[in-house]
Amino acid sequence: MNFNEQKRITKHPVLEIPSSEIVYLYFDGKKLAAKKGEMLSSALIANNIDIFSYHQRDNSPQGISCANGQCAQCTVLVNGIAVKSCMTPVETGMEVETLIGAPSLSEEDKRVVESKTLVVEVDVLIIGAGPSGLQAALTLAEYGAKVLLIDDKDQLGGKLLLQTHKFFGSVEDSYAGTRGIDIAVLLGEKVRSSPNIEVWLSSPAIAVFSDKHVGVLMKEMYVLVKPRKLLIATGAREKMLAFPGNTLPGVYGAGAFQTLVNRDLVKSSNKVFIVGGGNVGIIAAYHAIQAGIDVVGVVEALPECGAYKVHEDKIRRLGVPIFTSHTIIAAHGKDKVDSVTISKIDENFKLIKGTEVTFNVDTILIAIGLDPVNEFHIKAEEAEMDVWSAGDAHEIAEASSAMFSGKIRGWEIALSLGLTKESVPIELKEKAAILKSKPGPVVENDISYENKGVYPIIRCNQEIPCNPCAAICPYNLIRILDGGLLGRPEYQKRGDEECIGCAQCVAICPGLAITLVDYNEDINYPKVTIPTELFEQKLEEGETLLVVDEHGQELGKYRVLRVRILKKFPKTQLVTIQLPKEIAPKAISFKTVQTEQFDPIEFNEEIIPDSAIICRCDRVTAGEIRALIKEGVRDANEIKAITRAGMGACGAKVCTSLIDRIFREEGVSREEYTPFTQRPLFVEVPLKHFLGYEEED
Amino acid sequence: MVKTYDVIIIGAGSIGVPTALALAQKSVKVGIIEENSSVGQGQNKRAIGGVRATHTAPAKIRLCNKSIEIFSTWEEKYGDDIEWFSGGYVFVAYTEDHEKMMKSNLKIQKEAGLNIDWVSKERIVELIPGIDEEGLRGGTFSPEDGNSSPLLSINAFYRKSKEFGAEYFFNESVTNIISNNNKVKGVITTKDRYEADYVINAAGAEAKEIGAMVGIDLPVTPDSHESGISEPVKKFIEPLVVDLRPGRGTLNFYFYQNCEGKFIFCLTPDPLILCKDTRETSAFLPQLAERLVNLIPRTKHLKIRRTWRGLYPMTPDGSPIVGKVNNIEGYINVVGLCGQGYMLGPGLGELIARIVTKDLSENDNKILEEFSLYRDFGRVEKLK
Repeated sequence: MNFNEQKRITKHPVLEIPSSEIVYLYFDGKKLAAKKGEMLSSALIANNIDIFSYHQRDNSPQGISCANGQCAQCTVLVNGIAVKSCMTPVETGMEVETLIGAPSLSEEDKRVVESKTLVVEVDVLIIGAGPSGLQAALTLAEYGAKVLLIDDKDQLGGKLLLQTHKFFGSVEDSYAGTRGIDIAVLLGEKVRSSPNIEVWLSSPAIAVFSDKHVGVLMKEMYVLVKPRKLLIATGAREKMLAFPGNTLPGVYGAGAFQTLVNRDLVKSSNKVFIVGGGNVGIIAAYHAIQAGIDVVGVVEALPECGAYKVHEDKIRRLGVPIFTSHTIIAAHGKDKVDSVTISKIDENFKLIKGTEVTFNVDTILIAIGLDPVNEFHIKAEEAEMDVWSAGDAHEIAEASSAMFSGKIRGWEIALSLGLTKESVPIELKEKAAILKSKPGPVVENDISYENKGVYPIIRCNQEIPCNPCAAICPYNLIRILDGGLLGRPEYQKRGDEECIGCAQCVAICPGLAITLVDYNEDINYPKVTIPTELFEQKLEEGETLLVVDEHGQELGKYRVLRVRILKKFPKTQLVTIQLPKEIAPKAISFKTVQTEQFDPIEFNEEIIPDSAIICRCDRVTAGEIRALIKEGVRDANEIKAITRAGMGACGAKVCTSLIDRIFREEGVSREEYTPFTQRPLFVEVPLKHFLGYEEED
Repeated sequence: MVKTYDVIIIGAGSIGVPTALALAQKSVKVGIIEENSSVGQGQNKRAIGGVRATHTAPAKIRLCNKSIEIFSTWEEKYGDDIEWFSGGYVFVAYTEDHEKMMKSNLKIQKEAGLNIDWVSKERIVELIPGIDEEGLRGGTFSPEDGNSSPLLSINAFYRKSKEFGAEYFFNESVTNIISNNNKVKGVITTKDRYEADYVINAAGAEAKEIGAMVGIDLPVTPDSHESGISEPVKKFIEPLVVDLRPGRGTLNFYFYQNCEGKFIFCLTPDPLILCKDTRETSAFLPQLAERLVNLIPRTKHLKIRRTWRGLYPMTPDGSPIVGKVNNIEGYINVVGLCGQGYMLGPGLGELIARIVTKDLSENDNKILEEFSLYRDFGRVEKLK
């Protein structure tokens, strides 16, 4: 396929599209264009290739799943050798093949090798260069600790690299109001310039051994690191969900989707359906729309979405249907997803018969929650190492909280190294707790609007840990109601001091929930300034746009008067329009995508939940596992021994929480059964890497 | 209420479970006490799954031949797939000493009923495609040996034994063996009290501690061996391969490709690591890589999936200690299996059942003599 015809994102409201060198590779003999250095999985998807392999056990097609190097679903053959395509950079002339069944080992000439393993000693080893790892490294470096920071990806930033939206949280402590992708650059530059921090990229940690060494593949060379202190900042992995069709190519995590779309700029889909109405799912929906992908719907099992209300509002007002009290019951398709069926559920999460609806989609994103990547911590504790965890690896929360927790953990480790005598102040810990807060209840805005002057309307009607609007107001006229970080913000004149209409609060609000109304020129037709991040190009004066209120109710089409872009917020267009006074306070957004009405199609499939795959690696079904639990099995290791669930390439990363769920469904609590034994390696590694630096004769 | 059994077995592992099966099949009322939450969670699940009658001790050859019969006919008889594969064992010889030693064993091995022979270098290359031919002299091949999944077989034995009435008690450990007038009366556990005429010590790596409960000092010392498993690749090697040459930090190593195509391997560390620690070490993978890649260069692309460590409860001469003891009636040892519990288990289980039902044959008595606690431990098994 020609590069220009591929499923690529060529324009984006927020992301820069860098120019890249085009190279050619071969897939099953066909010549394909790709970007040099991009991950092979992304190159294949951009070329419309969704099936990477056929499973050894049942020949079922396998596609991308985690896009994160954690599982092995994306394995293909490259030059005859099986590799994870999501971790393999494209090189020119690569011969790529669909893997069918198990790979063969191709013949090799003999050469005498002696393994020599390099051992590196450091003060602190930090595994994971995401928000918490970066921040912890910086804090430790400030105290003078020698830090080795490693990450399995080829860039610093971890999941910050996928976050195109502006962050919530606190401006002073965690870059609130700045986009994740920009925070990655900011922190990355600081880390790079610190003489105390050594960085190894493309270097996954693969095991923590009982002799207190951490096995690391440093750019494919096996190295043992012996740290005095070990900090696990490995983040989280996405939970999977069991339903029939759950392993079809086209069903994957929302994080995997963000990797494809936001990091690798691949337009992976045309129509997505999202399972899970938390922040991850809702933000992924917005990212899809920004990338020009239709969101057919979002299902959420609870009666309310767990996402911040401002995020939810952003997609609701674009017309994306959010099906609360609904669940997915099946994905359909032969070799790839072609449709999804959802059903209403009652308060006990039981399906309500007759409420099933099916939609045509090509991708289903699972965003039902995250599990901490904690195997490193468990093994390090077993080895009696001095180990700490930060960020999601410690406790699942927002990235802003992860950064903060990295800072605190860095400080604590510095203290334990004797580099400071000062312990972490209590206020910092209190703030950390606030940053982890769940959103509060939604309250009604009952502000009465004056028909004069200029002022911001803040539609932030839920307590969340966020303060950029208050922090940026040059006259301190916006305050957080509880005096801290968690309360709702409110604009108030102070004597003579009042809003000057600078619109910085409009530009910085991560929820795009602030507008500016200006009655100064015309009381009956005030000017309203609305932030938008949906247009790939700068809007022109005179263009007409469809204006909507916070519920997505259309208010009519109006002409653009003026477009401003503040230097500090180059990707947020501040669009001023003139509206009749009745509707001016209501206007909040533009509806860009003429969202297609996605009509349900007929659903006539028998639901067999027991056929859902629990262990993707070894194709073990829910039915097989349930039968053993019913028989009285109370040891996950016995389930492993009999079914092989947990013995696959991913190392039980996917099935652990699913099996726990089946236990609970069968009335067996976590305390009543023995969990899986945790063992290295955490990712599969070719033998040759353990030869360390080779000596050939 | 006191629970009463004919036999109590301590340990639901490689020995305890097939023994329970053999006893239950003979309508003996048997209870099994296991400290873990399910069967095979001690050393059984750490076994790599090789089953060979290729030993030099005649008793082991005979018992393993029986085990092979049980493993190889299990699916046919009972329907469960335990992944038995009759791929044979190959001991490769690269040194004159090893060639001599292997050849000198053949007579005693054949006499004990083992199908084994010395085969040429060419035959070895055929059996192990891609093997390093430099210095290769040939080796022994015993085609009836094989491999099977320890996980699947112990669970098959377990479920079958329950059908015959065996009763298992998990998550409890034996704290004492009750006896009266030098006669076993039963056991006390962390949860309960059990009465029985026979108490069988099948406690694997914990056997010494159990023996001490009846005043027996068992010469059983566990050492720790590291193992690993790879991704599945297309099967190209059928036999289990043993390379007796020492390497850096290793005494010898052995591996096979299981029916799914995964390589499973284990090496014997040098010096031996005498301990009960089964946590993984950083030494293993570089050692393994060096040995396997040098032996079969194409394995350099083989991806290693997981590693673990298991214990070999060793005796001074490398043979197990099996049978009754002099000072206390009703107590039976099946201990010190030296890392061969899995392959000896089914054969031993039937033998133990015959001790209990007093059906011992002349051959059985010979085996028991060879494995007696009171033997001379000075004669070392060559292929231990």
